[in-house]
Amino acid sequence: MSDPVNLIANWLKTVLINWGVSPTWITVILSAIGVVVLASVVLVLDIFLVWVERKVVARFQDRLGPNRLGPFGLFQPIADVIKLLLKEDITPDKADKFLYNLSPVIALATVIMLWAVVPLAPTIFGSDINVGVLYIIAVGSISTLGILIAGWASNNKFALVGAFRTVAQMVSYEVPMVISILIPVILSRSMGINTIVHSQTVWYIVLAPVAAIIFLISSQAELGRAPFDISEAESEIVAGFHIEYTGMKFGLFYAGELLHALTLGGFFATFFLGGWRGWGVETYPILGIFYFFVKAFFMYWVIMWIKYSFPRVRIDQMLNLNWKFLTPLALAALIITALLDKLFQNASYSVYVLVMFLSNVILLYIAYLVVGSYARAERKRVADPEKIRVNFPIKSSGSTIEPRSTSEGAHV
Amino acid sequence: MTPLQIIFLIVAAITLGGALMVVTTRNLVHAALWLVLSLFGIAIIFVLLDAGFFAVAQVVIYIGAIAILMIFAIMLTRRVAKDSGPQINATWPIAGIVTLALFGGLFTVLQNWQQIHVLPPSFPEGYDPLQQLGVELVSPNGYLIPFEVASILLLAALIGAIVIAWSKTK
Repeated sequence: MSDPVNLIANWLKTVLINWGVSPTWITVILSAIGVVVLASVVLVLDIFLVWVERKVVARFQDRLGPNRLGPFGLFQPIADVIKLLLKEDITPDKADKFLYNLSPVIALATVIMLWAVVPLAPTIFGSDINVGVLYIIAVGSISTLGILIAGWASNNKFALVGAFRTVAQMVSYEVPMVISILIPVILSRSMGINTIVHSQTVWYIVLAPVAAIIFLISSQAELGRAPFDISEAESEIVAGFHIEYTGMKFGLFYAGELLHALTLGGFFATFFLGGWRGWGVETYPILGIFYFFVKAFFMYWVIMWIKYSFPRVRIDQMLNLNWKFLTPLALAALIITALLDKLFQNASYSVYVLVMFLSNVILLYIAYLVVGSYARAERKRVADPEKIRVNFPIKSSGSTIEPRSTSEGAHV
Repeated sequence: MTPLQIIFLIVAAITLGGALMVVTTRNLVHAALWLVLSLFGIAIIFVLLDAGFFAVAQVVIYIGAIAILMIFAIMLTRRVAKDSGPQINATWPIAGIVTLALFGGLFTVLQNWQQIHVLPPSFPEGYDPLQQLGVELVSPNGYLIPFEVASILLLAALIGAIVIAWSKTK
């Protein structure tokens, strides 16, 4: 019983062969069953994630979180789902009905599509395509499209502004994200996600900590989670692109966001923490699922930790961070990794690991110095504001403010 | 009929239908989204041809970049939904004749081609077409010069965009 999934698949295969089904159709049927099973598991997990998210945010905010329904409030998400299903379903006036209803589906479906390439265990994975890394990026760009549709179809200005912000953010942060995933691709010599996991005898977070940090920050931005949640900034544009959605349609966006966070945590685990690697996986492949989810949930917790610890950044700060800091840093890390990889590819693996690690530490230190000097300059600028010339008198509702010193103008 | 053929027929129908809707629908945003569907169909056809890299690149570039840029541009343009002009102008018979001639020509050529019924050979064990593509792109005997020329063209376009966007005041 080391690998029940493939055991069942093989059993089904023999049953179908005995029924006289042709081999090509057996492949189709088994793939279809696999898709349904994987998607269902992920969606059931999603209900549980609502509880995890609420419980963890409660701990961060020194509260208890849901604790009334069931043990530790475990049945709270079911009550939430029932509430969402019973809510009135409102479609705004003059909304584009078809697109309005399509976009929550895209939002959740694209996240589930990502699970097609996640290796859960050495022998248990959806599909081992040789362009797995690019596939993730491709699916991410479809989800951007879903959000853009949501904002446009709602016939609401706030929704459209939110959608524009989201798209600007997702399109920009895709750049450092892609470059940071390229570093594990260089180290493992493959774009296939299974191969990347197989070649991590030493976790890539040791060989490429810079890439790991950039991937974490840019996935936070891809998720639209704080500190990058300007797309749904409550104080500015109410709720952003999903402002008009009610009931289960909002629920799909919410579920999609939670699942996306876990999925990106899972990808971080796969690329940098060795995926399903762990003790005893060679003999019992099923253990890989356990190790994978432990790492994925740990990274999910880190993502939540960041979300609930940082205040929201402004849109210009968000774009500056991306284009002036993360992208150049990612490019530098990529070039250094590629060069050192060529120079030390014949050296022993421990030397190779050491060189990679040290080069990353040096790069991080330089990045820290650059950010530090920028922060000092910024603090100085904020503490010592520029003098603005204001022409008096200023006309304000009814009364006229008189200048303090001269009649032609004053420095304020 | 094999499953692959059924999938191909469905996808081809979706691709062509989407392309037809792009030129016939009145709403510009809808037209852009039909274009996305059509491009997605082409990506699936690439998958059916065992060209996974091209499929993914199709989605990343055409849907993730170009289509989103087009939708952005349409949404920022005023009065998108008010296109009330006729969808077909007076030259449609000529376009129809050209299309029919093209279709007829392709059809006869493919009909007379003997190889059309031959199934593609599967890749030998351990052969990675993606790796082969990468090696060809950077090997001097392969496509190194076209690859570099294309890179320089893109770089020039990038610099040009920055120059245009550069504000002269300040």
